[in-house]
Amino acid sequence: MDPTDIARWQFAITTVYHFLFVPITIGLSAIIAGYEITWLRTRNPQWLRLTKFFGKLFLINFAIGVVTGIVQEFQFGMNWSDYSRFVGDVFGAPLAVEGLLAFFLESTFLGLWIFGWDRLPEKLHAACIALVHVGTLFSAYFILAANSWMQHPVGFAYNPDTGRAEMNDFAAVLLNKVQLVTFPHVIFSAYLTGAAFVVGVAVWQLVRKARTDDDRALYRKAVRTGAAIVLASGIGVAVSGDVQGKIMTEVQPMKMAAAEGLYEDEAPADFSLLTIGTPDGKEEKFAVKVPGLLSFLATGTTDGKVEGINPLREKYIETYGQDPGEKYYSPGDYTPVVPLTYWSFRFMIGLGFAAAAIAGWILWATRRDRVPRGRVLLWSAVTLPLLPLAANAFGWIFTEVGRQPWAVFGLMTTDQAVSPGTTTAEVLTSLIVLTGVYGVLAVVEVRLLLEYARRGADPLPDPDPTATDGDDRPLAFAY
Amino acid sequence: MELTTIWFILIAVLWIGYFCLEGFDFGVGMLLPFLAKDDTDRRVMINTIGPVWDGNEVWLLVAGGATFAAFPEWYATLFSGFYLPLLLILVALIVRGLAFEYRAKRDDAKWRRNWDIAIVVGSFVPALLWGVAFANILRGVPIDADHEYVGGFFTLLNPYALVGGLTTLLLFLSHGAVFLALKTDGPIRHRAGTLASTLTAAAVGAAAVFLVWTQAETGTMGSGVAFLAAAAALGAALVATIRRREGWAFLGTFVAIALAVAGLFLALFPDVMPTTLADGAGLTTTNAAATSYTLKIMTVVAVCFTPIVLIYQGWTYWVFRKRIAAHHIPTAPATDPAPAAR
Ligand code: HDD
Ligand code: HEM
Ligand code: HEM
Repeated sequence: MDPTDIARWQFAITTVYHFLFVPITIGLSAIIAGYEITWLRTRNPQWLRLTKFFGKLFLINFAIGVVTGIVQEFQFGMNWSDYSRFVGDVFGAPLAVEGLLAFFLESTFLGLWIFGWDRLPEKLHAACIALVHVGTLFSAYFILAANSWMQHPVGFAYNPDTGRAEMNDFAAVLLNKVQLVTFPHVIFSAYLTGAAFVVGVAVWQLVRKARTDDDRALYRKAVRTGAAIVLASGIGVAVSGDVQGKIMTEVQPMKMAAAEGLYEDEAPADFSLLTIGTPDGKEEKFAVKVPGLLSFLATGTTDGKVEGINPLREKYIETYGQDPGEKYYSPGDYTPVVPLTYWSFRFMIGLGFAAAAIAGWILWATRRDRVPRGRVLLWSAVTLPLLPLAANAFGWIFTEVGRQPWAVFGLMTTDQAVSPGTTTAEVLTSLIVLTGVYGVLAVVEVRLLLEYARRGADPLPDPDPTATDGDDRPLAFAY
Repeated sequence: MELTTIWFILIAVLWIGYFCLEGFDFGVGMLLPFLAKDDTDRRVMINTIGPVWDGNEVWLLVAGGATFAAFPEWYATLFSGFYLPLLLILVALIVRGLAFEYRAKRDDAKWRRNWDIAIVVGSFVPALLWGVAFANILRGVPIDADHEYVGGFFTLLNPYALVGGLTTLLLFLSHGAVFLALKTDGPIRHRAGTLASTLTAAAVGAAAVFLVWTQAETGTMGSGVAFLAAAAALGAALVATIRRREGWAFLGTFVAIALAVAGLFLALFPDVMPTTLADGAGLTTTNAAATSYTLKIMTVVAVCFTPIVLIYQGWTYWVFRKRIAAHHIPTAPATDPAPAAR
């Protein structure tokens, strides 16, 4: 194996892993801020208990999101140094701004929130978690701007003397049209994920553990707020994804063709829900199709023309010359790995719809004061958080694999991006070490989350009569 | 002043911020087994840095991001060249960060002991390796004409670099002990104060060797002045620890670290990564830099937002200015899973 392959595996594994925790952080920080603010407005202690309960689960997740993010930040220089040289001028800026604007905000105010119970005025304390959420949005915005630039480079000029892409319009980089649709799509999917997490935990508590009326009312609140958010974000994800599809067809037509395994131009083009054929999708044996849907996704009309892989390949070769990345991809052409692109696209959409459907069902089953009893519903709810987590991973795999062989579309291929000086042994060591560490951490983290999820919301402590000054009380969330 | 010079200074400032802040929380982490007598002590120690360690670490992330944006060549050569040491640092930061958050989440002696090990090792490794890395940058490493690092892992382990590593290690230990004396109350405060004098004395020794060596090899007028001032500050810190003037001692180690790092950057300028190869090409602030357009944008962003960050980070330290003692640690950790639920 050469370093490029290993570096690709490492990037794929570490980013997908990082992105398991990211959407939970983004979604859950918003929900917790909502609970705490609702508590301040209603003074109903149930909201406070929910804040603290999900707050602890949030912290377990956040910690691992942070430490896996650090790896991402360093990885560009370590494994992709030629990439970093080539695009640093454009790409480094959003990354640096992300640190300055987002990471400082998140980490500082989270520290204040964790240790500030009983020490900060109540409103200020709630503002801290709200600011953490704002920090996560900033962070998402800037990193997605960086990623969107790789999908559709704008606001730069190639300088043949230095051999690099040089930025000449920062606003264009931040307002890239791909970015403007990617950001809402990712944020909606994060809200969906965070809310699904809340629903999964709360339904289990409601059905299995809640004994008192008070507890039942408490978890019903969580179930219903969570399920409503899942449904609403599901709509947001679908609408934004639809717009994204059209822009993607415009800027990276090959990705859309690969997403359907469409080899020749078609008008109207159908969308297949399922295809059974040869593994590379080149020949189809059996398919369930929705007529015209692909045309609609790609162009907005049901009979629009969608370009196929073969004609596009000719076009790409005309524009960009012979594929320099052929070593790693389908030899001699610009086709990404079709089956992976095809299936990841479908799984992303399918799992998202499944999650929304389960949330709808749960909302129905808990209408008025009902407490659902069925086993099927319980287990659907418990697995609910896994669906958007997987959908997110498939979404990224689709976006990134569909871009191949390019690292930066039209400018630099993935095998030109890799560090020329690092050896196979080095990259392999880091792949093995990081994957090993991540594997162990996954076990630890999942167990801890399950433990805390099962324990349920703690009762509120009695105020300590001896402590007059907030600063003298034990730290509620102490390490 | 040239924009590239301004960015060199800004990156120096970010590293200074990182070492002055995370320096003490590395120190606290490493001192865990030496100052704590029981689990409550350990929790007191960890909670002194609880609200701030993550914010401190972000100084590193921003230093990395800023280097990427302002000096892409430097970022690329440095990070791909120092591959294995960086991997070690990453793993250390991963386990350490999780340990703070997870260790109190289960009332189980073995669980806590494992995370304690993670904290100690996870603080030790970067405290040592950052010194090794910086010393190598100053000394120069084999970089070829394509700006690629062509040395191996063991190239980095030369005597000068090891003295550099020992220096940051001892400085951070002393900084951490001084911080604990300032931020805790009860017997642990006393123990930290006593240990702080010993550690500061040791740090004075190591720093003297390293800084004189650096000055002799690559020093300039400016770095000489900074090193002398750093030595004076560290000496003052030593006196203050012996007299138990905790606030002054902390100020002393803080300023000493800041000046020492400033001196290192002064000794480096205008190089950012010199080469030891005759036919190689070292990196300088000009040949490693981004375009002036990017530097301008970044300057505007830094000028607008850095003050805001400083204000709210400063405010955090103010909010948590009180000393922490055993009675702040919840007794039956409110976080224990009820056995029945398992
Ligand atoms: C759409 C959102 C998103 C995406 C695509 C990424 N991240 Fe991330 N990242 C976050 C959203 C986020 C976050 C929500 O802001 C996190 C997650 C958990 C957390 O603590 O903050 C975070 C944490 C986080 C941290 C730690 C920050 C801290 O110490 O507080 C770093 C250094 C990075 N990320 C860097 C990256 C890089 C280099 C990525 C690209 C490959 C990346 N992230 C993808
Ligand atoms: C914004 C956050 C990003 C996410 C969530 C993300 C996600 C992914 C995923 C899921 C893959 C797996 C595809 C595969 O290897 O089969 C991947 C691959 C890759 N990504 Fe990204 N990516 C992001 C940003 C970046 C950035 C900033 C770079 C810059 C270097 C990058 C470069 C790559 C490369 C080189 C690969 C390997 C190519 C391949 O293996 O096909 N990605 N990424
Ligand atoms: C009707 C439903 C959906 C449609 C039409 C849709 C469409 C798309 C498209 C076209 C892309 C690729 C964008 C590009 O490469 O330029 C994408 C990416 C992505 N999708 Fe979806 N999607 C849907 C549902 C979901 C769901 C339910 C989730 C997760 C819960 C999700 C998460 C993602 C993620 C994380 C990405 C990668 C980031 C990005 O490029 O935006 N999507 N989606």
